[in-house]
Amino acid sequence: MSSTYPTIHTVGLSGVLVTFAEALDDTANRAALAFRAEVDAQGWDWVHESATSLISAFFRTDLAQHPAAEITAQLNDLLATRDWFAAPLPEGRKLWHIPAVFGGDLAPQLDEAAEAAGLSPKDAIAELTRTRMRVITIGFAPGQPYLGTLGEHWNIPRLGTLSPNIPRGALVAAVRQLCLFSNDTPTGWRHVGQTAFHTFRPTSDTPFPLSPGDELLFHATTPEDYKTIAANNDDGTGGATWEALS
Amino acid sequence: MTTALKVHQIGPATAFQDLGRPGYIASGLTRGGAIDTLAVHEGAALLKQSPDCAVLEIASVGGVFEATGPLRIALTGADMTARIDDANAAWNAAHQMETGQRLTIGAARSGSYAYLHVGGGFDAPVRMGARGGHLSAGLGRLIAKGDTLPVMPDKGTRTGFYLSRDARFDGGTVRIVPSVQTNHFPPEERARFEATAFKRDPRANRQGIRMEHDGTGFAAQGMRTIVSEVIVQGDIQITGDGTPFVLMCESQTTGGYPRIGTVIPADLPRMAQTPAGGKITFQFITLDEAVAIEQKDAKARAGLAATAQPLVRDIHAISNLLSYQLVSGAISAKADPFD
Repeated sequence: MSSTYPTIHTVGLSGVLVTFAEALDDTANRAALAFRAEVDAQGWDWVHESATSLISAFFRTDLAQHPAAEITAQLNDLLATRDWFAAPLPEGRKLWHIPAVFGGDLAPQLDEAAEAAGLSPKDAIAELTRTRMRVITIGFAPGQPYLGTLGEHWNIPRLGTLSPNIPRGALVAAVRQLCLFSNDTPTGWRHVGQTAFHTFRPTSDTPFPLSPGDELLFHATTPEDYKTIAANNDDGTGGATWEALS
Repeated sequence: MTTALKVHQIGPATAFQDLGRPGYIASGLTRGGAIDTLAVHEGAALLKQSPDCAVLEIASVGGVFEATGPLRIALTGADMTARIDDANAAWNAAHQMETGQRLTIGAARSGSYAYLHVGGGFDAPVRMGARGGHLSAGLGRLIAKGDTLPVMPDKGTRTGFYLSRDARFDGGTVRIVPSVQTNHFPPEERARFEATAFKRDPRANRQGIRMEHDGTGFAAQGMRTIVSEVIVQGDIQITGDGTPFVLMCESQTTGGYPRIGTVIPADLPRMAQTPAGGKITFQFITLDEAVAIEQKDAKARAGLAATAQPLVRDIHAISNLLSYQLVSGAISAKADPFD
């Protein structure tokens, strides 16, 4: 645990950010998740909403109504109560099984991603379907998970030139992470797999199926099976199932 | 049958809005809502109703709307030409429309986003707790020609009032506070940022506003290693080529570019309304100064309804002038008009 972290910063007049590390780090991610859960459990009236990013917890408030100094003091007191870096993962986590097509026309950048990782396409698919990937944060777009963490050889850079339009449900890889796209989007991440899993289901009772701490296991499927799933996907589940983890 | 507005013509970017859908940052969904929330409060003050009523947000050019029953409207935000049938309708004011009358809203004369309010608010579908569109997330859609926009029951009756306009429609000074990554920018870089005359780029939407300037781009130290972090509305991110983008109500929830500062809430309406080419300078203020401004601004917003004035009809705007009884009541020039 670094002596300078955690830090507390105001964010505009919209809230405060508690940051647990300088760079992406698994213990800092767990600390942020645990600290956010504990602040939510306190039920403080100044907290209008909360969120975690990769290594921070954000608490939204109106700093014109709730003085930053008082909030900071309260957060510091709570930070001092335990070693947040040793916190366990949140409760109520799920293990998701999600069918995905790897390579071919539906995920055309698998081969170059494998090469960048020093693997054959077959070995790359084996690793991507064997590794339980954890949701380290949800963000950027609605329900969109960032998944960690692949082995060091997957520390492949983003592409210098953006691919103009990668579809919703795409599984993309860069910097030891995978991301599962909520919407069609341009990106520098490599398109290695394609799912029919919708991470944002606006008309559902559970519009955001994934939560930080959930784990995802991808199961290789054929293009034919994928097309059948995608054609019968009104609820957006994309053939995925889940089981309780904790 | 419920009263509605029938859309006979419509500009390219009109959608239902409200004060947004808070509570979903953790799930990757920003608040959205009207990009100029002050205009929403102004319309509510003019119609003496809740600012939570759904409104139409109109970018660039309006449309033609026919009332299927009597209803009250208010026009706020960017000043667009407006007529009810053939009579000019004052902007920043509330008006009565009768069954079959047509409201024609033209192009903006100043500002970027106009708002059409109706008494009772629009009965737009509620999705995840709000009626406002969040088009980048796939919530709601643009209004199209042929649509019928239903209106909620209206408990109010007041029309014919206006609010004086402020100076937020032509650029100016926008105040910012330091944020999480401000210290990544050396002091001389922050000073240069404050001294720079920016122009609002035409590349601007509800997600963000690109600012252009002459000279070299801005740079933070260690820009490439900054970990992706939460975004709040008004954050000014500096992209890889040194260009500032002011992130607005429908931005992404996280971003990896460093942010030099955050526009204070009181100046977000000015940021939203500055038209393409409009000049903006940014001025750092302290958090304490920003808090004082915000407290005063909240008070002013809450007191808007009390500042509404009765609209004096412009004689040139009265299309049926000759049908008015203009002389029969004028018995004596000495008669006390307040008798």
